[in-house]
Amino acid sequence: MENAQVQGPAHAQAQGQQHPIGVYLKIWALLFVLSTASYLVDYFHVQSYLRWTLIIVFMLLKAGLIVAVFMHMMWERLAMTYAILVPPLLLMVLLAIGAFEADYTFLTRGTFFGPSATLPAKHK
Amino acid sequence: MTQTVMPSSAESLPLPEGLPGAVADWSSDQRAFKNVPWGKAMMWIFLLSDTFIFSCFLISYMWVRMSTTAPWPNPSEVFALTLFGKNIPLILIAIMTFVLISSSGTMAMAVKFGYEKNKKMTFILLLITAALGATFVGMQAFEWTKLIAEGVRPWSNPMGAPQFGAAFFMITGFHGTHVSIGVIFLIIVAIKVLRGDLDHQRPGFLTGRKGNYEMVETMGLYWHFVDLVWVFIFAFFYLW
Repeated sequence: MENAQVQGPAHAQAQGQQHPIGVYLKIWALLFVLSTASYLVDYFHVQSYLRWTLIIVFMLLKAGLIVAVFMHMMWERLAMTYAILVPPLLLMVLLAIGAFEADYTFLTRGTFFGPSATLPAKHK
Repeated sequence: MTQTVMPSSAESLPLPEGLPGAVADWSSDQRAFKNVPWGKAMMWIFLLSDTFIFSCFLISYMWVRMSTTAPWPNPSEVFALTLFGKNIPLILIAIMTFVLISSSGTMAMAVKFGYEKNKKMTFILLLITAALGATFVGMQAFEWTKLIAEGVRPWSNPMGAPQFGAAFFMITGFHGTHVSIGVIFLIIVAIKVLRGDLDHQRPGFLTGRKGNYEMVETMGLYWHFVDLVWVFIFAFFYLW
């Protein structure tokens, strides 16, 4: 990894994306460790906010390693990195709209479909 | 600017780095993505669009899960298997995760050996990647069969919220389709490598484009993306 960084992004691309095999093996091992960790979150029944935080942290670390190293994004020029990685941030807007709307739907369902929250499902 | 005309003349003048480099690339003539084969840039843009598709699925899943008044089935129990007389929670999904990550590792190494023009190693690693991908799809088929036998349908299931089945079949089905297409794509590239199509720049049967080892990297981008999507499905659908 150090080798590739010394070479610099432009140089690395001039000969195609060539990096020592050790980089891939290390990241592979790291992904195994992170996957095991996220599985253990479920195995040991960690609940509530700690569970959600751990799941998201392990998920983002895994996603980051795959994109940065396996997909070579850390060695690409910034023009490309920004073009690919910035647009998905817009999804946060959709996520927020979805969360507000779902919350509202849940409240109206509770109000209009009987006092008990489990009733509508039993009727179907 | 002469260096923007042909990618081969990129060495003639050093391109600016960092943020000034990004501005210069985007404001230059003809090519915004310097030093990248166009097939690779296009694959990235396709993957960006696919990111939006899978994000729509996952956000819809969040929507139905948050808004349902029925209890959500516990994935830890739904996907448990009895192995060696013990009931292990979520074990099938954990094994599938490891299989897919391993295939990503072998794919990354295939790309590396491809650029070294090591035909034999590239071919072997591509085949291992395809085999691991096929194993993943097989395990998914087993999982589907098991759930369908237990009465899970896209409109109802015996465990709780009916939306569970809809989200499950939609998300894992679309992901499984991506893996299956990837396996076919991998086998095609592996055959091209073995035949020496990439060494001799032999035109492809469909598009007639000349073969080169950058194709292996473009293939790799697609495959890593499939693994990347699984990371999010694993976190949000199976672990949440």
